[in-house]
Amino acid sequence: MAGYVPFKGSYTPPAAGVDPEQNPAVLKLREAMPGAIEEVSAFRDQVSIRVFKEHLLEVCTLLRDTPGLEYDFLTDLTAVDYPSRAKRFDVVIHLYSMSQNHMLRVKAAVGDGETIDSVAGIWKAANWEERETFDMFGIVFAGHPDLRRILLAEDWEGYPLRKDYPLLGYGTYTS
Amino acid sequence: MGLIVNRFRPSVVTTTADFLFNWAHRYSMWPLILGTACCAIEMMAVGISRFDMLERFGMLYRFSPRQSDVMLVCGTVTKKFAPVMRTIWDQMSEPKWCIAVGNCASAGGPFPTYAVVQGIDEVVPVDIYVPGCPPNPEAIFYGILKLQEIVQTQTIARTGPKPEKKQALKR
Amino acid sequence: MAIEDQVDLVPDSNEGTKLTQAVVQTGVGPTTGLTPQTEDMMLNLGPSHPSTHGVLRVLLELDGEVIRKAIPDLGYLHRGVEKIGEYRQYNQFVPWTDRMDYVAAFTSNLAFVQAVEGLMGVEIPERALYLRVIFSELQRLASHLLWLGTHVMDLGAITVFLFSMREREAILDLLEMQTGARLTLNAQRVGGFPKDIPPGFLEKLKVFVDSMPGHLQEYDSLLAENPIFLRRVKGVGVISAEDAIQWGLTGPSLRGSGVAYDVRKAHPYAAYDRLDFEVPIGTHGDVYDRFLVRMEEMRQSLKLIQQAVDQLPGGPVMTGDMRVALPGKEALMTSIEAMQRHFILAIHGFKAPVGEYYSAVESPKGELGWYIVSNGENHPYRARCRAASFVNLQSLPVMSGGSMISDVIAIIGSIDIVLGEVDR
Repeated sequence: MAGYVPFKGSYTPPAAGVDPEQNPAVLKLREAMPGAIEEVSAFRDQVSIRVFKEHLLEVCTLLRDTPGLEYDFLTDLTAVDYPSRAKRFDVVIHLYSMSQNHMLRVKAAVGDGETIDSVAGIWKAANWEERETFDMFGIVFAGHPDLRRILLAEDWEGYPLRKDYPLLGYGTYTS
Repeated sequence: MGLIVNRFRPSVVTTTADFLFNWAHRYSMWPLILGTACCAIEMMAVGISRFDMLERFGMLYRFSPRQSDVMLVCGTVTKKFAPVMRTIWDQMSEPKWCIAVGNCASAGGPFPTYAVVQGIDEVVPVDIYVPGCPPNPEAIFYGILKLQEIVQTQTIARTGPKPEKKQALKR
Repeated sequence: MAIEDQVDLVPDSNEGTKLTQAVVQTGVGPTTGLTPQTEDMMLNLGPSHPSTHGVLRVLLELDGEVIRKAIPDLGYLHRGVEKIGEYRQYNQFVPWTDRMDYVAAFTSNLAFVQAVEGLMGVEIPERALYLRVIFSELQRLASHLLWLGTHVMDLGAITVFLFSMREREAILDLLEMQTGARLTLNAQRVGGFPKDIPPGFLEKLKVFVDSMPGHLQEYDSLLAENPIFLRRVKGVGVISAEDAIQWGLTGPSLRGSGVAYDVRKAHPYAAYDRLDFEVPIGTHGDVYDRFLVRMEEMRQSLKLIQQAVDQLPGGPVMTGDMRVALPGKEALMTSIEAMQRHFILAIHGFKAPVGEYYSAVESPKGELGWYIVSNGENHPYRARCRAASFVNLQSLPVMSGGSMISDVIAIIGSIDIVLGEVDR
């Protein structure tokens, strides 16, 4: 490629481009349940709301039922493991509104051994997603209709997607 | 056929019988496709009209272990699925062979993880390994042809001491 | 001839005796007027089954032949791909995305690469965007052809399988021209295509696109007015629009129920906002509507490919963003910094900024999304795949309550799952 200009220095991402405080869901939550929000952030053009896990059910019901927000579609429910934190897991929920065409990310921190409310009563799509999160991380969802392992065998020990579980697992098949 | 296996020393009787039985085994091998993942799509492609390598050689896809001779394991075998595969292998009747199609079945493939059996030879005895990810349908069929060559070398003659009870076909 | 006379027949197994005895005792039939005693039976549609499109196990609670509950049992193909994602560089991870949705590998590659590009903030050149449309639509055609073949083969129409796979081979030839592989393509890098389309590709594509409507007409003539096919798919596996949205259904299965949600229209990516196409929608939400939606999608794909080829601009196919792209051969031979950059990118990969990003594409199965969390290293901290087939399969119990066993086969085929995605 002619005219190659070598890249020098570190890269700083451009500004978020969207102010998270102007997001309608954030405005509504700050007005209705100010104590539930722990932190609001944005990266690129996607807004994340971090809530306290005790308020998760109320927040989700509010997000689904408020006209103007109408987050009726659960895109994804998963978890991320930060073993160095006190509350090591982050349950991450991606929501989408079919009628308003906007997307939101809701996060809640859960510690190892603690339980978090299940949103399977609000969006039925969360049923298997929560089972998978339980299977991979060991997070217990209170109020889930049928919380058991889904991807691994029923008698599997350990939670593979935690950071302290080795990639190759423990032992081969025959051992 | 079980009456004459392993009864006679190598002689003209056994070589003629060998020729007949091996010819029958070789040209009418019915594969059981234990299709798990991507390699199963290539296994299906072996049978379609572009390659059409099955019917010409006397093969017919069967999905039941009771009706098939060779088990083609196509795709990744996980630790959850391995007991099922072993059960299916045990349900097949002698003579039976096994071909591991693809990298995952041969050696775990690109998945060095907690949930994958690193090669199905930990579970069933394998005759032919076909590498590739996924192998070309022609490569899969080359593996089947190699198996046919192995079948040709089998014998029903007795080459060791006289057995106490009837044994299965010796290789 | 009354049942009592038939008891003297010699049964061929113990079970036969018990059955006839039970029949005599309960007195089934209009002759005696007693109500039969029935028990629910648990049938195992096992992992190794010709019609489950992979290793899916479905436990069926049967009342006679009517299903009360169909409980899928997954995990027979769980390979731990998400954990591998935490140990591989961004460009190195693309081959594993192929093996997840192995029927439509290009859209899987594209979904992951798009998420990384969103995370990094990389701009893609125009030619790459249009080529992405062409390849995505080719892959959509290939996947729908395989779906058509296997779905109707499960219902008994084996001829259509051979025809559709013949068309699919033509598409795989085109993909092999570009990438070298038929099935697991590895066709995308972060930033675009690793190399441009070869000469002769567009001509061969034109031949294929011109021949395709005739073939689609063939399938229509075999299926659309076939009374056996219609009896088996009309009114089977109905799911309403509200249920579908609640259960997270996406893709042609959702559109068959009447909801016009298509990621290509809702969150346009890769030149779809510049192309003109329609999204087919069904009305009843049964297997037949999903079938019609997919057939129409194939026609729309042909239209999209035609438009993209007409509008295809020249230029590079890989981004000029030096954070992610390898420098070209000229720069490599003349500039020492380019050589260094090439070396570092090839060995160590690029570092992504701290953050997270979710991005989705419309794969032939539904909404395939990747959620990538990065903490500044050259590999993801968490790579999460929102697999369309996993979420679609959740609605199998909803669709199949009250149907018969043979309907379950039709329903599984119409949801169009691929187990690599379901189990990851």
